[in-house]
Amino acid sequence: MTQKNPTVNIKEAPTGLALKIYNWKKSLKTLTPYLMLVGISLWLGTYYLFVEGWELPRFNKLPGPVEVITEWINPDPDWGISMFSPIYYEHIMISCRRIMIAFTIATCLGVPLGLFMGWSKTFRDYTFPILEVLRPIPILAWVPLAILMFSGFETPVIYLATLASLFVTTLNTLLGVESIDKEYFRAAKCLGSKPHHVFLHIVVPGSLPFIFTGLQISIGVAWFSLVAAEMVSGEFGLGYMIMDSYMNITYVTMVIGMLTLGFVGWVSSALVRLAGNRMMQWRVRALALEGR
Amino acid sequence: MQQSDIKNKNNSADISSAEKSTENSASLELRNVCRGFGDEWSREEVISDFSLSINPGELTVLVGPSGCGKTTLVNMLAGFDKPDTGQVLLNEKLITGPGMDRMVVFQETALMPWLTAYQNVVFGPKIRNDLPGRELKKKADYLFEKVGLVEFKDKYPIQLSGGMQRRAELARAMINDPLVMIMDEPFRGLDAMSRELMQEFFVRLFEENRRTNIFVTSEIDEAIFLADRLIVLSNRPTSVRKIIDIKLPRPRELNVLSSTEAYKYKRDAMELLHEEALKNFKRSTPKADS
Ligand SMILES: Nc1ncnc2c1ncn2[C@@H]1O[C@H](COP(=O)(O)OP(=O)(O)OP(=O)(O)O)[C@@H](O)[C@H]1O
Ligand SMILES: [Mg+2]
Repeated sequence: MTQKNPTVNIKEAPTGLALKIYNWKKSLKTLTPYLMLVGISLWLGTYYLFVEGWELPRFNKLPGPVEVITEWINPDPDWGISMFSPIYYEHIMISCRRIMIAFTIATCLGVPLGLFMGWSKTFRDYTFPILEVLRPIPILAWVPLAILMFSGFETPVIYLATLASLFVTTLNTLLGVESIDKEYFRAAKCLGSKPHHVFLHIVVPGSLPFIFTGLQISIGVAWFSLVAAEMVSGEFGLGYMIMDSYMNITYVTMVIGMLTLGFVGWVSSALVRLAGNRMMQWRVRALALEGR
Repeated sequence: MQQSDIKNKNNSADISSAEKSTENSASLELRNVCRGFGDEWSREEVISDFSLSINPGELTVLVGPSGCGKTTLVNMLAGFDKPDTGQVLLNEKLITGPGMDRMVVFQETALMPWLTAYQNVVFGPKIRNDLPGRELKKKADYLFEKVGLVEFKDKYPIQLSGGMQRRAELARAMINDPLVMIMDEPFRGLDAMSRELMQEFFVRLFEENRRTNIFVTSEIDEAIFLADRLIVLSNRPTSVRKIIDIKLPRPRELNVLSSTEAYKYKRDAMELLHEEALKNFKRSTPKADS
């Protein structure tokens, strides 16, 4: 007991910022961040060579990376929009706001809907065929209906993003409930659970991993349909910015819009993933044990 | 060791409600039970006309060839499944569904992965809300000590070894003071070493309070080591092939298995099981003459 083991050096577990720094330092020791950098440089390099270096046919009409980046950081942009122009942030903010509203509505409706569909066979028998018929209809096909139903620019756009996101969330939640092992239901019954206990303590936590996978897909789908909707109708937003610069033949601005969209989309799905990891500590540890 | 445990029990009267002996035992009975699966035209009888009574306070072990319907029997005893004809009775009363008087420890681990070991163990009393918080904590702490998992209370099931998971599951069942424990091959899948440790641990646990216990296994040594009564099952359609009373002295240690008596029991049981297994084998091998 009193003997110290020299090889094992037990320290207090770091918390908060110290833990973040520790994890960050640890990740610098793996290959992941370096491979990521190499990947990005390879992609940028190829893009540069194809468009600006060798000026290959088909590629030579596109704006090259040097051109795009110079414009992006130009305080006095040649084509009207760079990271110094307020309108740029207005487009981003408006799209983000729409996504937030659409994603929130879709999640608040889709998750309970999916949970009930998985939990109650009767409810599922009523609703599943409808879901399966509506789900494959491409979101662009809903545009005329959305414009007929709602006035203005804002509501139809949000409606379309919500719709697309809702189907994905519902289906994934339903699959999540179905993925739960029967043994857990049996154990819960054996321990004296009433149906509402089963719902709260088995159905909900058991389907969380699928729900969060679904939410990551659903926020992507929301961006996808939002931009499509903004291209068709709208006067602001990243989709509008891309379409508008295409119409005005300002291709550099268009590419800036596309890259911004990619970046914002990536951040939003990372946020969803983060929220998921917070809510599923048990899963984080399971994955850590598997070395992922 | 045994002595000190008993003393301990008397000292903490409120805790030992989990450990009350004989009076919380119950008898179970299967009367002419039949159960089959499939549609009318492709029906397969798994269990036909099965009768067996299980005495209170005894550890009854069911052994049988793989796939003979042991889990099917367990499901009916637990109330997850109903017999097609016949009756399953607990203390002379018909079993109509799962209940907390019968706790089941499953073949595969059924600890909820999203709850810590502690949360899993207190799951039953918590949702039924039938124990005041302080008492529940005391009882849970006592059980954690008993199964030797005190340091692992706040770990998630995935962070526990197979043997620890089984012990946590035992604690989760015992906290409810069931009349009967039903265990379906609980140690299957453990490595030989932890399996032996678990058997020794479990036999001590049983000997302490002698709760009616049904234990399913396909491992003959395990069966003889644990059993008061050994039920050898026949092949499908399953019925009782033979009942062997195991009169090895208790408390038992693993070395009883090397005694001549144990060897005799083993030889008897093996012979029967071998016959049954052979039947199964003959049925499933393709005919050589065609
Ligand atoms: N729900 C079911 N539907 C159809 N057939 C079933 C069902 N449950 C069990 N069976 C059949 O009943 C037979 C016995 O199954 P059971 O799981 O009870 O066997 P077992 O003795 O527990 O086997 P093992 O040793 O593999 O655990 C199997 O052949 C299986 O195909
Ligand atoms: Mg089985």
